[in-house]
Amino acid sequence: MEKLFLRGSEALALGAIDAGLKFYAGYPITPQNDIPEFLSRELHKAGGKFIQAESEVAAINMLLGASACGLRVMTSSSSPGISLMQEGISYLAGSELPAVIVNVTRWGPGLGGIGASQGDYYQATKGGGHGDYYTPVFSPFSVQEMYDLIIKAFDVSDKYRMPVIFLSDVMVSLMKEPVVRKFSKGIKVPEKHWAFGEQKGEMQKIIKSLYLKGHDLEHHNWKLNKRFQEIKEKEVLVDKYQCDDAEIIIVAFGMVARIARTTVDIAREAGIKLGLFRPVTLVPYPEKELEQLAEKCGKYLVVEMNMGQMLYDVQRVLGKDVKIGFYGKPSSYAPTPEELLNKVKELYL
Amino acid sequence: MKMVYKKPDVLKDVSFHFCPGCNHGNAHKLVAEAISQLGIQDNCIAVIGVGCGVFLYDYIDVDSLEAPHGRGLAVATGVKRARPERIVFTYQGDGDLAAIGMAETVHAANRGENLTVIFINNTIYGMTGGQMAPTTLLGQIATTAPYGREFQRDGYPIRMAEMLATLEGVAYSTRVAFTTPKQIMDAKKAIKKAFEMQINNMGFSFVEVLSACPTNWNMQPLEALKRVTDEMIPFFPLGTFKERSVSDVL
Amino acid sequence: MTKNKKLVIDFNRCKGCQLCVNFCSKKALALGKKINKLGYRCVILENEDACVSCGICAEICPDAVIEVWRS
Repeated sequence: MEKLFLRGSEALALGAIDAGLKFYAGYPITPQNDIPEFLSRELHKAGGKFIQAESEVAAINMLLGASACGLRVMTSSSSPGISLMQEGISYLAGSELPAVIVNVTRWGPGLGGIGASQGDYYQATKGGGHGDYYTPVFSPFSVQEMYDLIIKAFDVSDKYRMPVIFLSDVMVSLMKEPVVRKFSKGIKVPEKHWAFGEQKGEMQKIIKSLYLKGHDLEHHNWKLNKRFQEIKEKEVLVDKYQCDDAEIIIVAFGMVARIARTTVDIAREAGIKLGLFRPVTLVPYPEKELEQLAEKCGKYLVVEMNMGQMLYDVQRVLGKDVKIGFYGKPSSYAPTPEELLNKVKELYL
Repeated sequence: MKMVYKKPDVLKDVSFHFCPGCNHGNAHKLVAEAISQLGIQDNCIAVIGVGCGVFLYDYIDVDSLEAPHGRGLAVATGVKRARPERIVFTYQGDGDLAAIGMAETVHAANRGENLTVIFINNTIYGMTGGQMAPTTLLGQIATTAPYGREFQRDGYPIRMAEMLATLEGVAYSTRVAFTTPKQIMDAKKAIKKAFEMQINNMGFSFVEVLSACPTNWNMQPLEALKRVTDEMIPFFPLGTFKERSVSDVL
Repeated sequence: MTKNKKLVIDFNRCKGCQLCVNFCSKKALALGKKINKLGYRCVILENEDACVSCGICAEICPDAVIEVWRS
């Protein structure tokens, strides 16, 4: 165990190495180049392989190949590059291959800009590629979480044999904070008997996503769905800050939640009973936990750096019996804690 | 009695789905023979492209991985770098390797990935029903070029074997066909060599196989094979465009 | 399947493409009359004496229908 002072992106890359990452392929894109650059220096020291691919399309497909061989694999990109990877993610999901895909979300759509954003919530949580699949989605809000959650991401990905999206943003990725490196000696990585090993076994291994005959694909889809239902039961992560007696609750994730946490502190000092509900896994969304809040609290403010994406999940879960306000800043600058408090006052006080 | 020809064991006892006279069958046989003769069945991993060749794993008994359309060489790069001790080959058609997969193909070749690539060039898109391919000849009719391929609108066909041979990373680039007994023997040797190159860590080995596609050319099998001789070989000459004889160890 | 012969032909694999018939330099092969499971007329060794077990028919066959033996 070590205590370090790192940028979010470095903590993520270090966490990936500690989690047993053995293959990384990526393509440069602002603002996430710290991650491939760090891994190009460090990954081989941990016995892993780094390659700068010719495009994000190539990168996600290299991951598919290496994952089929049983390695823990990761790529990282930012919004436009993640769009390019959607086909590959769909194939990973259909072929039951684990992989961790890191999105350091930037302004969009199109070329957009290089500021921090949360505009890819839909793409990440509603299955950005074609077909009927979901991927677990993690949303860190601190450098420590960049380290802790990336390790969890690999575990969930391997356990359920599906790609996992790590939905980060420019702010959390570039900020520097103290972080405890809990697994500096690495962790035990589970064996994957379904993957290509050093030799062919007795039975031919076919890793594919094509199922042409009869109801084969329907059965395959239900099988994947069953795993996904299990994830919904067992893998929810949520952070409730000062929610027990809160009269107004901010619902936010990632960088916005980090800012909103300070808003809650300022509000509490001023005697306002404000709380923060922060989903840490966006998929599975902590629906039960959110529903439970509605028993005591009737006023919510959803804040996102987009035009309203998580908002619809919150509305769906809480229904029409409570008041749900919205404050969105698509492709804009991060709000200040005071800005959020003013919004709360404007709406509810 | 002495055995002159028997199909290799690596080929499963399953009828090919290919059309009568389709040279995919010949290519599959030669790949299976090479794997059998070199004794690498337990070592091989096939990375399979999308097209009529997508069922290779039903016919050849080796570990297999399906790649998205065109991405075979990126996927194979991942496989080979993850498990360098295994013999990794791709089997791709002209849409997969030369259209949608062109970037992945050129870059894997440029990086000199130690892979064996079997490229089936039949100047048309087979599985999807006869659309124009990057290798469709000028004047050739396709369902998306009903009046024939025109240079102004569609460009010239691409000669992959020659083009890839210009890259430093390519160790072996050759083109073969099946229109005469000698050509069949040459094709056998070329495919076996492409696997041997990988075994000897020589780098990217590429075999372009000129194939007939009777159904989508609207021809009978013999007529189609004659088209390979009369029309395809003049534009896509047979032969070896690059062959490294000493390993380049950097 | 025919045993102890120069050619062993897998009747139900043949697709009647006639590449082998055409490639045989001894004109030993021809398309038979019977229709197989796939719906094609299968090749037969019409002129067994002419066959020299060169193996070219088996080599060109895209469907691995023919096995060739030499006595």
